Amino acid sequence: MNRKRKQRLTFVIIVIAGVSIAVGLALYALNQNINLFYSPSQVIAGLAPKHHQFRIGGLVKLGSIHKSNQHLDVNFIVTDKTHDVVVHYHGILPNLFRAGQGIVVAGKLNSHGIFIADQVLAKHDANYMPPEVKAILGTRS
Amino acid sequence: MIPEFANFALIIALGLACIQASLPLIGSYRNNSTWMQLARPCAYGQLVFILVSYACLTYAFISNDFSVAYVAENSNTHLPLIYRIAAVWGAHEGSMLLWVMILSIWTAAVARFSRQLPLVTIARVLAILAWISIGFLLFILATSNPFLRFLVNVPKQGQDLNPLLQDPGLAFHPPMLYMGYVGFAVAFAFAITALLSKRLDNQWLQWTRPWVLIAWCFLTLGIVLGSWWSYRELGWGGWWSWDPVENASFLPWLVGTALIHSMLISAKRDAFKGWTILLAIIAFCLSLLGTFLVRSGVLTSVHAFAVDPTRGIYMLVFLFIVICASLLLYGLRSHTIINNQNLRFSILSRETLLLLNTMLLVVIMATILLGTLYPLLIDALHAGKISVGSPYFNAVFIPLAIPILLLVGVGPISYWQRISWRELAKKLWFVMFVCLCLAGILLFIFPHKYYLVLGVTIGVWITLTTLQKLLQRLQRQPWRQWQQISLRFWGMIIAHLGVGICVIGISVNMNLSMQKNVVMKPGESVHVGNYDFRFMDLTRLVGPNYQGVDAKFNIYQRHRLLTQLNTQKRLFTSQQYAMSAVAISFNLFRDLYVALGDPFNDGAWSVRLYVKPFVRWIWLGGLLMMLGGIIAASKRNKLGK
Repeated sequence: MNRKRKQRLTFVIIVIAGVSIAVGLALYALNQNINLFYSPSQVIAGLAPKHHQFRIGGLVKLGSIHKSNQHLDVNFIVTDKTHDVVVHYHGILPNLFRAGQGIVVAGKLNSHGIFIADQVLAKHDANYMPPEVKAILGTRS
Repeated sequence: MIPEFANFALIIALGLACIQASLPLIGSYRNNSTWMQLARPCAYGQLVFILVSYACLTYAFISNDFSVAYVAENSNTHLPLIYRIAAVWGAHEGSMLLWVMILSIWTAAVARFSRQLPLVTIARVLAILAWISIGFLLFILATSNPFLRFLVNVPKQGQDLNPLLQDPGLAFHPPMLYMGYVGFAVAFAFAITALLSKRLDNQWLQWTRPWVLIAWCFLTLGIVLGSWWSYRELGWGGWWSWDPVENASFLPWLVGTALIHSMLISAKRDAFKGWTILLAIIAFCLSLLGTFLVRSGVLTSVHAFAVDPTRGIYMLVFLFIVICASLLLYGLRSHTIINNQNLRFSILSRETLLLLNTMLLVVIMATILLGTLYPLLIDALHAGKISVGSPYFNAVFIPLAIPILLLVGVGPISYWQRISWRELAKKLWFVMFVCLCLAGILLFIFPHKYYLVLGVTIGVWITLTTLQKLLQRLQRQPWRQWQQISLRFWGMIIAHLGVGICVIGISVNMNLSMQKNVVMKPGESVHVGNYDFRFMDLTRLVGPNYQGVDAKFNIYQRHRLLTQLNTQKRLFTSQQYAMSAVAISFNLFRDLYVALGDPFNDGAWSVRLYVKPFVRWIWLGGLLMMLGGIIAASKRNKLGK
């Protein structure tokens, strides 16, 4: 093998090694960070993962919002009009959060079946319904 | 009448684009100079008619013409004038018109500022730009016409512009971003022309370089503005959230950066031309993909397509044709422009380092693209709904970014063709020593903050090696002759310093930010970091198209009054849409950030109190990169004559 070929080979090997490390990292990271999406009925039916983070979408049930007066703790119910899931959240709710609004919450279930949310998403304008929520409600009505 | 007139102007522009796309191209093969000469006047004509059309839409917004459906959906008589003008690109139809207008501006600029180009080349470049223009004009006229009207039941009042968009950062973010996106169309047209002409010489690189750099500068500015906006309006102090919309602008930026560096090797060493062409093609395809992702509604859901499938499918088909046609041409013709005859360089040389850099940028782009498109793919296959969170992007981005950032320091210091490890070590040992000492000191001050130490050290590494390069260059000649140093060199130095500053800003901000979400009554005080935030009082507020409250905060440091901040919570009357207007006190080293949340029964409010150190450095670094790009793009080579 002459010098030039050897160099080229080294270069190709470096590139291939680099790319495979990148692909490996990407796939590993992707596996760890995918959040699956469930409806309240699926959660009640026990289909949702027990120890893994996931998302629930639905409507905030009317009259279910309970705020503490001293702390930022809030409890509310997410419903798909057949089943309800109680959600606990510590933090400031988004501006568009209100009863009847379609929202998505991300977090984990605790041992009492209460969903501990670390993210509450209620984006866009007042007419906006998260598409996932629309799909869930659509199959029922 | 005016909207119909505007529509008609758009159709004429389409007609001109058709002429510009066909006759000059055919002429360039038949050697018919009359046909080729048609390209320039057509480009100017297109610009005029599209400008007229755009001006008419703006007029409809200014005069509150709610018979135009698009105006009625996105404006309101109470909206301030500046936002009525910005509302033109506030939603899908208008932003597509803006896209096409910017494309026609770029096309006319190419026609105007490329007098020294041979007629054959300019005819082909303008023809290819016209094909893209045809694609978008047809799209607007067929599926998203902003001039559709209500002929009966004209609404008395319009719905409002989305309140999130009523912000100066956002008002000017889309035009800048589009200037960048569309600018890559010029690079693309030049690349395709090189393939058609089977020629890629040094002149081609000279002509193309300024266009690529200017497009890249606009894109950089667009990203900086977008980040600044999300920091204040959406992200609650986060300046980057790996949102698909943000990724859509970051992907072409990464490839554009790779393209600039690859063009440098091609120009200096007559090498890697195929790679340069491919990068130009990818950069533009990613710009199109970005437009498609942001504007088709595909991001909120693949099935949002169902609401208006024609738009999404049109865009997808257009994208598919552009990608396939250009890659096919590349496959057939790339061997004709590649010249590896006198390509000789060692495994350790500036060529290798630059090439490695561009490849890493493309790999980063690919991993981000994967994370962005994966949920869409899964959704489209009905395999469930998933989302890919920012941990994924951080996990792949950080390890891949580290080697690139280290190379930013090494590349300019090394030589073309070959440099030995020993020479490199001799040049770099001092800076390396300083950086290791710094890392040790930082580790002592901030134990266990490894990311902080690593990030700041890398940022300082880039800054110091860049300054070292500058010093070496300046020492080579007496200061009277410094004006002979090329502007490209100055541009490179400034842009690389920008990278260093940006990296330092990001690392400090991500690791030392302090945030507290608390419940406060007027009169109470909360301690965050070294600062005391005191909630002074609350007053009612009435604005032009909203009502709300205004809260006053005093901020003390060691019992000394530092600043007063007024933050507001607004309720937009027409849409019942609540929004917090953030109050920020900034200087170079820290931001103090206050935002109101919700009221409680007894007069208390939930409040966000943040201390964000070094956040300005991130945008400052971005602006420096842009400045470097502008300087390097300048036509003049030297500072003096």
